Formats: sequence, structure tokens, C-alpha cells
Amino acid sequence: MILVDKVSKYFGDHHVLKGIDTRFDDGKVNLIIGRSGAGKTVLLKCLIGLFAPDEGAILYDDRNFHTFSEKDKKQLRSEMGMVFQGSALFDSMTIEENVMFPLDMLTEGKSYDEKLARVNFCLERVDLKGTNDLYPAELSGGMKKRAAIARAIACNPKYLFCDEPNSGLDPKTSLIIDQLIYEITHEFGITTIVNTHDINSVITIGETISYIYEGRLEWRGSKDEVLISDNQFLNDFIFAQPLTQRIRGK
Amino acid sequence: MIKVLSIIGEYFVFLKRVFSRPEKWGIFFKKLLYEMYTMGFGSLLIVSVVSLMLGSVITIQSVLQIESNWIPSWTAGFIVRTSAVMELCPTIISLLLIGNLGSRITSEIGSMKVTEQVDALEVMGINSAAYLVCPKIVATIFVNPILTIIGIFCALTGGYFTIAITEMISTYDFVDGLTYCFRVYDVIYSITKTAVFAFVMSSVSAFYGYRIEGGALELGKATTQGFVVTSVIVLILNVVITNIML
Repeated sequence: MILVDKVSKYFGDHHVLKGIDTRFDDGKVNLIIGRSGAGKTVLLKCLIGLFAPDEGAILYDDRNFHTFSEKDKKQLRSEMGMVFQGSALFDSMTIEENVMFPLDMLTEGKSYDEKLARVNFCLERVDLKGTNDLYPAELSGGMKKRAAIARAIACNPKYLFCDEPNSGLDPKTSLIIDQLIYEITHEFGITTIVNTHDINSVITIGETISYIYEGRLEWRGSKDEVLISDNQFLNDFIFAQPLTQRIRGK
Repeated sequence: MIKVLSIIGEYFVFLKRVFSRPEKWGIFFKKLLYEMYTMGFGSLLIVSVVSLMLGSVITIQSVLQIESNWIPSWTAGFIVRTSAVMELCPTIISLLLIGNLGSRITSEIGSMKVTEQVDALEVMGINSAAYLVCPKIVATIFVNPILTIIGIFCALTGGYFTIAITEMISTYDFVDGLTYCFRVYDVIYSITKTAVFAFVMSSVSAFYGYRIEGGALELGKATTQGFVVTSVIVLILNVVITNIML
């Protein structure tokens, strides 16, 4: 379990995260939702160690990540997979090289054939069989996201982080990506944290949902509770679109 | 002033990260060879053409400046060799390579930063500075002196062919001047300068690429800033090294 304990983060005078308290459950898809600028990405970057919180702590199985030694941090990071908003595939490498990269860098004693078998398994799992020799620039947005997921799961991570995996995708492709994240989480027993403001994701895969409003945790619950909550800030966010307003009306 | 000192401090912290132990030596050497190959062959044509022209121009100017019965005609060859070996090739080629390789390094690392590829490396627990930048610095320290030597050879060849075609002086006198009082130390001085310039070029260019925050506009600004700052540092170091070594 990942516990976020009173985490605050400042950028100069700008107080971005204001004492956030939440937790992300093991083996589930945990969503962080909120409007643009609410602090979701900063919280995610604190979780993966790209930013250090100014106050509070992030505990991985009761161990404070930001007080780890470099060796322990490295060990924990080898258990993390990350899907970035823009996929962040290395554009000088083919898809096969991209997925093999963490295996090359982070694993010891595996032969090339073993690594290639793992790459092919991951690509097949995200339905990208046969794209080994293509470069990221030759793939569509949805395929890039799937390739990024394949790279993220290559080393059998314990934790999978996804930063707005649906941004820039059409609704159907978004559903496919959501479904893939959900299936992978349960198939491999991964703890997944997804940062999103996509309402479809919220009501389809959100097993736990943390709603961030202006840098603080405003609401925590699940997809079953999100549509019936009486929290005004949450409702303003969830029912902002005409479609969800219509659902609410019914 | 405080901002400048803070940037200098950031640069040295960055260098400390760059020169950490590589994650895997095998991958480091593979990347090093790749960088040496692409940087070396990628710059070979432009360095050769510029040096050839440079040698030709200095030769014409030298011969025209010393048209006097009191000065032996081989002096032109001597001047061409001395200026090509000691100043023009190491400095002009280094400035040329700052524009060519330095800008490439800034924009490559900068675009990786903007598209979160650097963050992707960090999340995997890989020291991105050491992985991306160290092979580039080491590669330029090896490649730039080799390019300078090729440049010197091309400049002298350019001078020779200019003399052969224009017949301003005899080729025999020109070659006599080229070989007159030749000192190996001059070449060592030239290579040392180029290696120091190469280190500054690659590290400062990478630093400017690495500290980009934002998008395409910042990338363009950083590339220009990197070029200007590196060129100024190289010109200042040129004076310092010349004072120390000569």
C-alpha cells in the first residue's frame, strides 16, 4: 500500500499541494482526479520521486520513500513502471528497443533471447504484435500509449503509474487503454495509480478515487460512490459535461 | 551576479552527476562508439571543406603581405603552417563544431527533456545525466582533436594546391616553409586546446539542454544561449591556455 501522509509542495510562493492525506490500495486501480492545475501531476511526481515533498511523507509499505538511501531508492524504482502523458518513448529507438531498454538496464544475467521473449510477450499483451521494428514516430497516439504500457510492465513492476493515459485519444481508444490498464492491474497483481480527468475512466476503472481540489484532498471513494456523492466540489467536476448532467437528470 | 553564480553552481552539480559510475559499462561503451562514429563522420565533410578554404585564403593573404625582396619566399609556407596548426584550425574548427555538434547536443537533450524522456529514465532509476551526457563528452574529447588534425592537414593541402595553381611562389619554397623549424610541441598545444574546448562545448551544451523547462520556444532559446555561452567560454579559455602553454 502507498500512503500519502500530509504531503505539501511549494514552488516558490505557490503552494501546490496542501497537506494531502490519501492511500492507494494494493492490486487495485487507484485514480487521482481533479481539474487541470489542481496538483495531480505534482502529486504523481512526488509519488515516483521526481519531486520531493516539502512537508509530509510518502510511505511505500510503511517505508518513507524520500528518506531511502540511493540504493534502496533504486531498488524501489526498479519495481515501478510509468506511462507518461506523451508516452515518452525514446524516439531514437525502435519499439522493440524501447521495451527491451529497462530489461537491458535493470536486469542481470538474462540472455538476449530471454529478453526478446519478454519483449514479445509484453507487445502481444498490449496488442502490438509485429511492431518490433517500427519507430515511435510511425505509430498512432493510441499505439504509442500501448507501447509505453508494454515498456512499463516489461520488468514485472509492483507499481504502475499512469499520467493522463487518455489525453489526446478518441473516446473508443480511451476505453481500450482503460480496459488494458484494468486488465493488466488484475492479471499481474500490480498496484496502479492513474492520474486522469477523464470521466469515463472514473466510472469504469476507478476502484479507489482521490479527488484533488486546489491542492488538497477533497473527497475519497470508489466508482460506485462517485455519482451519488453530495460533495459539491466533486459534483461540479463530475457533472461538468452535458452528457453527465443528463445522466444525473435521469 | 547571484544568478550567474547560481548557474555556475548548477553546472558543477550537473558535472558531478554526469561523471558518476555508468549503470552498465557495456552499454556505456556501445553508446560511446555510436557517438564517436556519428559525431566524427557527421562533421568530417564540413571540417574538411572549411579547412581547405581556410588554408587557401591564408596562403594567398600571406604571399601577398610579404612581397618583398628582403623576406624569403618560404616564409609564406611557415606562416600558413604556424597559423593553421596553432590558432586557426583548433579555434575556428572548435567554433564550427560548437555550431554543429554543440547545438545538436543541446537540442537532442532538450527535446528529450521536453517530451519527458529524461523523466522516464529517472523513474527507471537510471542516472539520466550519466547515461545521456557522459558518452557525448568523452566522444567529443576524442573526436574533436582528430577532426582538428584532419583540418590542419586539409588547410595545408589547400594552401599547397593554391600555390600550385596560382604559381605565386614555387611549391618547393612553400613546402620548405611548411617544414621549417617544425615543433611537435605546437601540435600538442593545438590538440590540448581542442580537447579542452571539446569538453567545454559538450558539457555546457548538454547543461543548457538539460535545464530546459517548458516547450519548443524554450528549446530554441536554450540552443542559442548554449551556443553563445560556449563560444565566449572557448574564446576566453583560448587566451588562458595560450598564456599558460606558450
